[in-house]
Amino acid sequence: MNIIVCIKQVPDTADIKIDPVAKRLLREGIKSMINPFDMYAIEEGLRLKEKLGGKVTALTMGPPQAESALREAVSLGCDEAILISDGAFTGSDTLATSYALSCAIKKIKDYDMIFCGKQSLDGDTAHVGPGIAGHLNIPQIVNVRKIQDIKEGRVTAHRMTEYGYDVLEAELPCLLTVVKDINVPRLPSLKGKMKAKSTAITVWKAADIQAEENRIGAKGSATEVWKVTTSPARPQGKIFEGEGAVDQLVLTLKGLMK
Amino acid sequence: MSEISEYKGVWVLCEHRRGIIQPVTYELLGKARELADKLGCEVSCLLLGVKVKDKAQELIHRQADKVYVVDDPRIEHVLEEPYTRIVSDLIRKHRPEILLLPATSLGRSLSSRLAVELKAGLTADCIGLDINLEDRCLLQTKPVFGGTIMTTIVSRTHRPQMATVRPKAMKEGVCDPQRKGVVEVLELQESFFSSRVKVLDVVDEVASTIYIMDANVIVSGGRGMVKAENFKMLEDLAKVLNGAVGASRAAVDEQWIPYSHQVGQTGKTVCPKIYIACGISGQIQHLVGMQSSDTIIAINKDPSAPIFKVANYGIVGDVFDIVPRLTKRFQEDL
Repeated sequence: MNIIVCIKQVPDTADIKIDPVAKRLLREGIKSMINPFDMYAIEEGLRLKEKLGGKVTALTMGPPQAESALREAVSLGCDEAILISDGAFTGSDTLATSYALSCAIKKIKDYDMIFCGKQSLDGDTAHVGPGIAGHLNIPQIVNVRKIQDIKEGRVTAHRMTEYGYDVLEAELPCLLTVVKDINVPRLPSLKGKMKAKSTAITVWKAADIQAEENRIGAKGSATEVWKVTTSPARPQGKIFEGEGAVDQLVLTLKGLMK
Repeated sequence: MSEISEYKGVWVLCEHRRGIIQPVTYELLGKARELADKLGCEVSCLLLGVKVKDKAQELIHRQADKVYVVDDPRIEHVLEEPYTRIVSDLIRKHRPEILLLPATSLGRSLSSRLAVELKAGLTADCIGLDINLEDRCLLQTKPVFGGTIMTTIVSRTHRPQMATVRPKAMKEGVCDPQRKGVVEVLELQESFFSSRVKVLDVVDEVASTIYIMDANVIVSGGRGMVKAENFKMLEDLAKVLNGAVGASRAAVDEQWIPYSHQVGQTGKTVCPKIYIACGISGQIQHLVGMQSSDTIIAINKDPSAPIFKVANYGIVGDVFDIVPRLTKRFQEDL
């Protein structure tokens, strides 16, 4: 079972700062982490490998510093790590990003399953996983909270829905996006940390993955940012106190529910 | 690719649950009507499923001018491959300039596959949509980082302009039983329906009939609820307020309540009219999932809990005392 896990390096939620003038995320000096949902994708890949054999390759697209996210993936147990990084990718929207990642996956070639986190913290789109499946023309199961079975070239998985879950069976190769319920991610072992230091991270440029120039970066994107604004801060709240607090809250709630 | 000016019309993909049209569809139709009026074009709705034919009129009453229906047992369930084939084929034929889909879990999954197939621009989870009359472009506004930043996205060079729209963000299309429209029922060839994913079972497990994403009121519990049994009092309050029960990650990790109720960074993003946080301290990871709620009410014994910084109203006190009293008051009055 050869597994590819697509991950993204994102700014640490607890450390988000916004430039009040430029109204942009401040990236400098901000701590980064592996996108939380992607940790579950890595863990599920590792568990399947431990059960069925094979290898797990961690893949990401990003600036050179995204290498640290891949090293963390290796420290958890991923066997190989590939960074696709090129100035030509700058400004990619989800269409161009999923195209670039699919080019890298075509180059990796030998795979049975691709795991992604349900969505990223910063982009918050949930588009890239299904987009990759679309570019590769393979089946997809999103929001997976349990893998029930893998046999005879098929995977049976539980897809979380707004109402419960669907039990789906898909042909391999297949792309799955996972939610938090699927597992509890492990912590890196000491041995893993040592391995992460010495593992060579493969870096591919756009040309290495035969990505067409007009399908990547801002040029290959179908959307662009028109305007960025910061939301007005929530007004100072009112605290009800003393004996009448519950009465006041009831009155307020009734007013709101009219 | 055809010229951009050849694309006309606003399309909506209908979301229904076993033939029951979901409120988000009416919200999309309401917005589509407004956009179409600005553009001077028609609203069309795509209705896919089994035994759904007779629902087409309902969509016309809710502001659709035209409804395309594919009524076939082979698409009883939403599967990305046949849905992508059917919708992309219709789009290539009729060339709408805008396609709106619900930002539900399946809407998002389908929209992305569809955008790749059509090489179209797609914006996720919009809460604001408008037309830039200068160039007829759709201005698509979405929150980023739990609403701390709002980004407006455009797709100037590609058509259709695709957006998924967050449930509850738009007003429902007005229902007018006198409205007339055109219904086109399509018969499609076998090849449209093939899928490498098969549905073996569909399991409903949300106990209440109100889903957290649709709820106007959410009563949410955190670590301060102490144990699973105490969520009963939140259910009671949610019930009298006609709402749903949510939870923080801490409560879910303690297995006091299933993951499907989790609000926040690794759970759901919700924006009800009223969000009542009970025994939730308000870590940033929780706040990003609920801080765009219209009104936030916090009940917590710790006056310095960060939840009070985002709350419109609050009570510093014991949830086990306050919540049952609230429930009782509403039971008496309603």
